Amino acid sequence: MFLVSFIGKITLGILSETGRSVIFLFNTLSNGFTRPFYFKAVFIQIIRIGYNSLPVIGLTAFFTGGALALQIYVGSSRFNAESMVASIVALGITRELGPVIAGLMLAGRVSASIAAEIATMRVTEQIDALITLSTNPFKYLIFPRVIAAIITLPILVFIADIIGIMGGYVVGTMSLGFVSESYIQNTINIIENKDFISGIVKAAIFGFIVAFMGCYNGYNSTGGAQGVGQATTRAVVSASIFILAANYLLTSLVFTQ
Amino acid sequence: MTKNNMIELINIHKSFGSKIILNDLNLKIKKGSSTVVVGGSGTGKSVMLKCILGLTNPDSGTLLYKDQELNEKSRISSKFYTKIGMLFQGSALFDSLTVWENVCFGLVQGHGMQISEAKEISMKNLKKVGLDANIANLSPSELSGGMQKRVALARAIAANPEIIFFDEPTTGLDPIMADVINNLIIELVGDLGATAITITHDMASARKISDTIAMLYDGSIIWQGETNSIDSSDNDYVDQFINGRADGPIKLNIYE
Repeated sequence: MFLVSFIGKITLGILSETGRSVIFLFNTLSNGFTRPFYFKAVFIQIIRIGYNSLPVIGLTAFFTGGALALQIYVGSSRFNAESMVASIVALGITRELGPVIAGLMLAGRVSASIAAEIATMRVTEQIDALITLSTNPFKYLIFPRVIAAIITLPILVFIADIIGIMGGYVVGTMSLGFVSESYIQNTINIIENKDFISGIVKAAIFGFIVAFMGCYNGYNSTGGAQGVGQATTRAVVSASIFILAANYLLTSLVFTQ
Repeated sequence: MTKNNMIELINIHKSFGSKIILNDLNLKIKKGSSTVVVGGSGTGKSVMLKCILGLTNPDSGTLLYKDQELNEKSRISSKFYTKIGMLFQGSALFDSLTVWENVCFGLVQGHGMQISEAKEISMKNLKKVGLDANIANLSPSELSGGMQKRVALARAIAANPEIIFFDEPTTGLDPIMADVINNLIIELVGDLGATAITITHDMASARKISDTIAMLYDGSIIWQGETNSIDSSDNDYVDQFINGRADGPIKLNIYE
């Protein structure tokens, strides 16, 4: 009996949360694409989400590329296939690790920051103040963040791809004894447009997830400081899980070629 | 028959889960009056204000604004939010904006005013509430609580509203600053000829700024009358509240 009640509660919770997030998405889109448009708010968010995330994305991509090169070298040397290091690093970074690492880093940095900011605005009545000052919070707060993340994450992933491949190159040439020219040539030969494009498309979807989860959890936070903390945690955890799930689905359904 | 009410609440009910907050609440706010709704903590004052402002919807009942029904659609069609000002309990200033940007936010966003013109009005309003022009470029977090309240007051009156709502305007302020805020409210509301609706449990403030007082208890208005008649209300609940006595018909469940 307890088990049935427990499963019932969980199911109802999931259904109501899904319903609430669909309504939130509808409000975001229906309000976001009607006047007035807050271009300045979008620009500010592009700087916050994109430009300010460059150092963390760059460093993460560089070290990931380097570590990937080391691991692939260990594996491939067992089959005398060391020459594959450059190719596998390039494909691994562009198709999978670039978007996923960038998405997860932004889930930590941006989702948390958006959720904390909006949740604080909620508990300090700043969102209520926006409404009483004739400003729709979906237009002014939510939509600019979602659009900015959708625009900036593909750019960040493109940069992360290049830096990640460079990380592999640096380790490959300085530590594993690869010749610079052949490493670069192998990288160029293996990469096709669709490898980059698959990563960029994933990034746009991950950008949406990162911003939406931050906004949704922040906007619906309740209580005081504890509510802000819970909203932030929920935003990061849900964004990370949805990014990994979406990555698997996209890869298996669309990008297996 | 022409009614003279700016806001009217008729049979308003509001519950959160099983907890009934507003229970058949009826209240009339006359045009140009300064009405204070008093009541203890948790009696539903803030929820009542949020219902009028559209920040939460009543479960049932009717809200009227100038005798027209006030709901989500009519708030937009009548441009309700461009005609009101609101002073929040915690000021609710936007941290990401400077003081002057906070003051003119409604003018720029709600009224489509140019920034340069709105900034001029901001500076005038800051002066009206007794603040120096050199704080205009500061962030709200760099101001004291009393100064933040005055900036919020400047923001509330910036668009020359016809109704101003005050949510606990003196809470958290020292007695002198509370009196300064009370004086500003009287002066600014008088200058604008606006209708003022205040919720508070500060009786000194209520007596000073109002011409009408209503008392909310257990989700309903149990007494409404002119401010100078409150001491002879003949209502035990009102007597207990205004005299701040622990003994009387109002029982607080302090363990709740």
